[in-house]
Amino acid sequence: MSGGDDRIGLKHGAGGRAMRALVEQVFLRALGGTAAPEGIGLSAMDDGAAIPVGDRWLVLTTDSHVVKPVFFPGGDIGRLAVSGTVNDLAVMGATEVTALTCAVIVEEGFPRADLERVYASLCAASDEAGAPIVTGDTKVMGRGEIDGLVLNTAGVAFCSRPVPDAGLAPGDVLVVTGTIGDHGMAVMAARHALSLEGDLRSDVAPINGLIRTALGAGGDAVAAMKDPTRGGLSSALHEMAAKSRVGIVVDERTVPVRPEVRAAADLLGIDPLVMACEGKAILGVRPRAVEAVLAALRAHPLGRGAARIGRCTDRHAGTVVLDTGYGRRILAEPEGEPLPRIC
Amino acid sequence: MATPDPLAAFREMKFRDPARAQAMIDALGRLTAAIGRSPVSLMHVCGSHEQAIAKYGLRAMFPAALRVIMGPGCPVCVTDTREVDEGVALARQGVHIATYGDMLRVPGTVMSLADAQAEGARVHVVYSAGQAVELARRLDAPVAFFATGFETTAVATAAIVLNGLPANLSILSAHKFIPPAMDMIAATPGLAVEGFLAAGHAATITGWGVFESFAARHRMPVVVAGFEPLDILAGLVKLLELVRDGTPAVANMYPRCVTRAGNLRAQEALWTVFEPVSGRWRGIADIPGGNLAFRDTFAGVDARRRFALDAAPLASPASPGLAAACLCGSIMAGISSPTDCPLFGGACTPESPVGACMVSSEGTCKIWHQYGGYPDLGDMA
Repeated sequence: MSGGDDRIGLKHGAGGRAMRALVEQVFLRALGGTAAPEGIGLSAMDDGAAIPVGDRWLVLTTDSHVVKPVFFPGGDIGRLAVSGTVNDLAVMGATEVTALTCAVIVEEGFPRADLERVYASLCAASDEAGAPIVTGDTKVMGRGEIDGLVLNTAGVAFCSRPVPDAGLAPGDVLVVTGTIGDHGMAVMAARHALSLEGDLRSDVAPINGLIRTALGAGGDAVAAMKDPTRGGLSSALHEMAAKSRVGIVVDERTVPVRPEVRAAADLLGIDPLVMACEGKAILGVRPRAVEAVLAALRAHPLGRGAARIGRCTDRHAGTVVLDTGYGRRILAEPEGEPLPRIC
Repeated sequence: MATPDPLAAFREMKFRDPARAQAMIDALGRLTAAIGRSPVSLMHVCGSHEQAIAKYGLRAMFPAALRVIMGPGCPVCVTDTREVDEGVALARQGVHIATYGDMLRVPGTVMSLADAQAEGARVHVVYSAGQAVELARRLDAPVAFFATGFETTAVATAAIVLNGLPANLSILSAHKFIPPAMDMIAATPGLAVEGFLAAGHAATITGWGVFESFAARHRMPVVVAGFEPLDILAGLVKLLELVRDGTPAVANMYPRCVTRAGNLRAQEALWTVFEPVSGRWRGIADIPGGNLAFRDTFAGVDARRRFALDAAPLASPASPGLAAACLCGSIMAGISSPTDCPLFGGACTPESPVGACMVSSEGTCKIWHQYGGYPDLGDMA
């Protein structure tokens, strides 16, 4: 039996409720006496930190990446490591990346050719994002002491206005930049060797350029942003609703999901709304700018599938309601890692 | 002006059409009002029905006077503690256990199969009866298939038995038969269920005719329904029509799969191998004819007769602790809702379940937990 929470479980890293509780109980509590810097710090539990420097804001974030398998349809851990950090900066409002760092921890016995392939992919993604890697670190650990390959990237960028994930207000419209669940489903299919037909491919991509376009069109009317990685759209919306103290109503029929992903999700008994995305963002937009933001997103190659998926209300703060088209229900916040159904 | 036929979409075989769903929801409101009682209680007996009702948020759309209750429709959940104890006892004798994944964490008296596995017992998850046969062929050791489920999976078990089992494979049957449980519930005083929604997939095997004597005996309508949102809504509309008219008939709203006679070959296999016997359904009652046991002809494959099964040492006189507060039994009997349970979502979650209803993907509590609990949305929409 799982027993109490005296040991760290996999659910504590899955991006859901369990992980948030762990961060609050262990990391934030320990920081209790330390004065937080001005700006957006750890206690905001946002995608990154924002610190005022003169008349601008320094945004920084860090992210460690592990994925099984290391190479998956649509990408690999190298592309993931760059995209994850660049996108965390971008959804904070910092789309011009000054620099990235990259630390590599490799297990003894890891194929050198695979490492070279990963690094080439990482460099290509860094070029694509215009985010130069300026320093790094390499460690090798004994066989069995680490599982294959772990990449850590950190990024810094400047912006004139940080966009928090807590900026939603009643009446705001929620926009997603494209289809959801692609990354999670592609990796799950590869990991469990599920022989599913159809082209399940990860959406992993740096989307700072796409976000720049949206901010250009919407300006201050883009009130909140978040990238729905682990825990998917569901976790991201729950966090945004709770931190912004608004209710969110999502129209399930308008949430873009590729047919292959929907079919696989139905088969496995997993809701696409909890599957990770690695090249998408959720934007909370004031009503006056929704059309302009949508048009700008759709004009970008990575935003063609952008759609309006819901709205914020002043009722039931912190709750996400799903309108299924047939009825309505509360969207449960994912607790841990989604697993394929057993029977 | 004539009211548009609310079942039109269903007849055209369009199963996912929100506009037509709305027409059926409106019909539910009109019919409930015409019946004039509050509440009007209907029961379904299938985890897949509850899955669809919860997933599509249908319950939030039902008229306030209509109660749609899930009865004992989760085969894993009604598997009795004693049956789990038997499985654990077998596993502790060194017999390899093959079983469906949902069974692993169902609590026995003192431990689940997963606990036994953690202590070193050999427990294997299989996805079908056929895989239990494959497993036995691979292993040079005694294997017992801990077989659970209603008519649907019992037929698959019967089929492997009739095909001949490897000598090292025996079967611990915890199979259950739904119609006797419906009888018991229909006769429960105070439950006030006015009609049953029967599970379409089980009826593909038994045929809808199996419910005719039930409907006559209890003067209660039964409607066989499928699993798409429109299937369920159409089934409920039909059921309310029968309730309104006081017609204790059986209606088949799943004709694309279900016939009156059902699958005769499957029935023959089922009743050749099994006979209905009285047995305990967890948390509910002893149900006459509710368990499926091997006929004497097949005594040789019956794990209960092949092995000396003593589950007595597993019975614990100690305080049952949290389990004492678990409402699984009355939830499965349709008397309570998950939200009536003090443990629901707090001490009892899918990560650390107290009762079987939170373990199985067919269990009411697991389904409600997965889909956000009771849809008390007030003015949210």
